[in-house]
Amino acid sequence: MSEQAVISEVPGVFYRKPSPDEPVYVEEGQKVKAGETIGLIEVMKNFYEVTAPADGTVKAFKAEEGDVVDAGQEIAVIE
Amino acid sequence: MGYFNRMLIANRGEIARRIMRTCRELGIETVAVYSEADKDAPFVKEADHGVLIGPAQAKQSYLDGEKIIEAAKEKQADAIHPGYGFLSENAAFAERCKEEGICFIGPQPEVMTMMGDKIQARKKMDEAGVPIVPGYNGKLESLDEALSVAESLGYPLMLKASAGGGGIGMELVRDEEELKKAFASTMKKADSFFGDGSLFLEKWIQNPRHIEVQVVCDQHGNGIHLFERECSIQRRNQKILEESPSPFLDDALRAELCETALKGAQNINYTNVGTMEFIFDDHQNYYFLEMNTRLQVEHPVTEEITGVDLVALQIKIAANEVLVLQQDDIKIKGHAIENRLYAEDPKTFFPSPGSLETLELPKDGVRLDFGVEQGNKVTPFYDPMIGKIITFGEDRKAAIEQMKKVLEEIKVQGIKTNLPLLQEILDSKAFRDGNYTTKFVENHLTLQNV
Repeated sequence: MSEQAVISEVPGVFYRKPSPDEPVYVEEGQKVKAGETIGLIEVMKNFYEVTAPADGTVKAFKAEEGDVVDAGQEIAVIE
Repeated sequence: MGYFNRMLIANRGEIARRIMRTCRELGIETVAVYSEADKDAPFVKEADHGVLIGPAQAKQSYLDGEKIIEAAKEKQADAIHPGYGFLSENAAFAERCKEEGICFIGPQPEVMTMMGDKIQARKKMDEAGVPIVPGYNGKLESLDEALSVAESLGYPLMLKASAGGGGIGMELVRDEEELKKAFASTMKKADSFFGDGSLFLEKWIQNPRHIEVQVVCDQHGNGIHLFERECSIQRRNQKILEESPSPFLDDALRAELCETALKGAQNINYTNVGTMEFIFDDHQNYYFLEMNTRLQVEHPVTEEITGVDLVALQIKIAANEVLVLQQDDIKIKGHAIENRLYAEDPKTFFPSPGSLETLELPKDGVRLDFGVEQGNKVTPFYDPMIGKIITFGEDRKAAIEQMKKVLEEIKVQGIKTNLPLLQEILDSKAFRDGNYTTKFVENHLTLQNV
């Protein structure tokens, strides 16, 4: 199976949860559908959804909760 | 002997620079605290001292009160000015400053707590004879209670978080079904955003105007108002253009509103500079919305028409000085407009961080309160506002014409800004006629030329 990188289109701070007290959108190893939200990027007090580019399994996250990410940076790998 | 020896500014960007300007005039040394993302920012260079307090993320830097207190102690600052946003309305932080013997430039922590709780603020203002939006002054314990309260008030209503503010944590409910749908999610949102899930209901005001009154009270029982600011031009519930005086008020209504606002502030023994926010319906009825217990972003329009330095007043009052100004000393002279320049797409409002390759600003006939200079980076970590443009004229028309001229001379490259939106507002008939509400941007603007 081919791997596909999930790329952040905007710079900001990455979150895996919709809010601090809630569970993560997806766990590593979990199946996702194309377009499904797997995280958020906070950019200038706005939240931008990071979505899965294709159906598959989230193999690994490359950014952790609260990490600073750049535009174009790899956030996760989907298999 | 000055008011303070050394002031730490617990903020960044334009407001940090603004506060430092007054500190210099008053002979107070300044300490900047900054995150790694801001190490090359103008406000850091302009301060007498600087302390790196953490990484870019605000939670680990500008919102970390203990790191800021540590920095103040290290640099022996005897006062902390919180600016706006960040820790400015955080009563626990103000309390911590007090414990450490550092003067917090703002009101007493107890008053901050009281006004931060919207249900309590409504009750207090009601007691003081300040009109409040018709609604329920209690905490809604359950959906059943909300439904019966809503039934007696009558729809449409606003469901609001008691700890909310700035347009966050409120939901319009037009009928029973919408209230049922919104109740649990609004409560959850309020709890996760503000750490308090308390909700209340108030009548929804259609096509409202947002007008606020600047009040100043010292610690000796003296208080004055500095008239109003018209803040109805907003996008996403956030202001983009403010002016003073408001074109919507006549002299009698202005006097009544401003006196009412001051009475409300004095009734809760408010001290320092504060803003009473009101909402107006289309029949010129006004209602108290909330009080901002801090310096306001749009304070320059008030400074321009009254000639008063509000930051200097904040510092003097915090230093326990008696307010020398009397109400009769405060006169409206001319008209002032402020435009907020945001790093964002002018149509979608989506943030546009990046490198500020070009920033050319006119030098004359304008007040520019900017956080950045040409060559700086506009980082994605903080508010998208990069600067404020303030013009003054002998009347409203002159202030608008001057603003148009200034905006035409501004050149920005490298990031998107809302400059085209600001220009379209200034050219629109509704704005020029002074006939606008908070729905102005969504109802009137098309941005066809962008």
